[in-house]
Amino acid sequence: MVLIPASLERVLPGIPRRIEAAGATVDAVITAVDAGYPGFRDRVCEPARIRQHINVFVDGERATLQTELGERSEVQVVPAVSGGAG
Amino acid sequence: MSRVLLLVGTKKGAFLVDGDAGRDTWAIRGPFCDTWPVQQMSYDPARGVIYAAAGNAWFGPSVWQSPDLGKTWSQSSAGMEYPEGETAVELAWNVTPAHGSLYTGVAPAGLFRSDDGGASWTHVAALREHPSKPEWQAGGGGLMVHSIVPHPSDKDSLWVGISSVGTFKTEDGGKSWVTQNKGVRVDYPPNPYPEFGQCVHRLIAAPGDGSLLYQQNHWGIYRSANGGESWDDISEGLPSRFGFPMSVHPRDPKTVWTFPLNGDQDGRYPPDAAAAVWRSRDGGDSWERHGTGLPQENAYFGVMRQAMGVDSLDPAGVYIGTSTGELFASKDEGESWSCVSSYLPAISSVAAVVLEG
Repeated sequence: MVLIPASLERVLPGIPRRIEAAGATVDAVITAVDAGYPGFRDRVCEPARIRQHINVFVDGERATLQTELGERSEVQVVPAVSGGAG
Repeated sequence: MSRVLLLVGTKKGAFLVDGDAGRDTWAIRGPFCDTWPVQQMSYDPARGVIYAAAGNAWFGPSVWQSPDLGKTWSQSSAGMEYPEGETAVELAWNVTPAHGSLYTGVAPAGLFRSDDGGASWTHVAALREHPSKPEWQAGGGGLMVHSIVPHPSDKDSLWVGISSVGTFKTEDGGKSWVTQNKGVRVDYPPNPYPEFGQCVHRLIAAPGDGSLLYQQNHWGIYRSANGGESWDDISEGLPSRFGFPMSVHPRDPKTVWTFPLNGDQDGRYPPDAAAAVWRSRDGGDSWERHGTGLPQENAYFGVMRQAMGVDSLDPAGVYIGTSTGELFASKDEGESWSCVSSYLPAISSVAAVVLEG
């Protein structure tokens, strides 16, 4: 299960807040979500890593693209508190 | 009947400002682009599409577009990335239609092209493969391609301006690039006239065959009569060599406007805190100050490099947006000004589109 932040819903109209997606790693799951919602990966990742001001948590723990997932893992995408100004 | 639509990019989204037929009253719509910081906007008359170059600190760069004058918007950055291992693209600084394609300049400095109306982007890699690239350094505003100047008739020719690096030109559709900074001074050691390292702030082409270019530079204002091969200093008569925006008349290649600031280390506001647009009617050989209608005391704002727009009506309208969120309009080619709005977010860009009906 991937949890999508509300602010991404505004950028990718129609994307649900919860998406079922399979994959062995965070990287694979993000790619799987992108297949259904093109542009998702661009918004969340730089070419080889998660964007600086985006956090991804797996089962409550801060994750990287390489973090491995269990069968029932919950992946949560959260814009960081940093990143805004003025 | 003609009317003017202003495209205003701000720190908190895009705004559209509708003028009446007389350019006397204005109505503001927005913010659009989900309040992403918008660096610059343009309009493609062939497609009838408004574009906005933007970047959001969380979600990275994107070019937004509206096919219906602002009613609906979408965005894409598909393909807008550097090869693995390189720094990520942070934001889009400029989007410019050119002969059926779209170009976008980004930070860190690079160029992307779209041949499908902005749905996807392809890296114009040769610019970042130029031999000077290892020595490119960011200036105060960052390291970015902020000016994109298509040749008026040759689809394979294009100039770009990169902050702190200078002007580059391609004549083969982006496969190879040459520096075009001859005669442009650098007031920074060790060499006053290096091949590159010129801090171009704004690069523009006059109407015509593409031979007449102008630039506002960090250290002066310049004209090129040979398509950028060499540059002449036209700063004399201005109160300062320092400023950011520059615009040219839609029909008269010798009429240009600029907005001098007091100096790069003096606060970067209008000289004596009295705001004025300076106009030349002779290609920069002489300059006139025009402050009527602009604040003449306590004006501590700047006008950013893309925040001066010109419409194509006769007489031409000139528009400036300030770093403190005021939008000013002139319908007499810059001689007198009125305030359109006082409380927009900090303005990054102003472009003027003439619409019929």
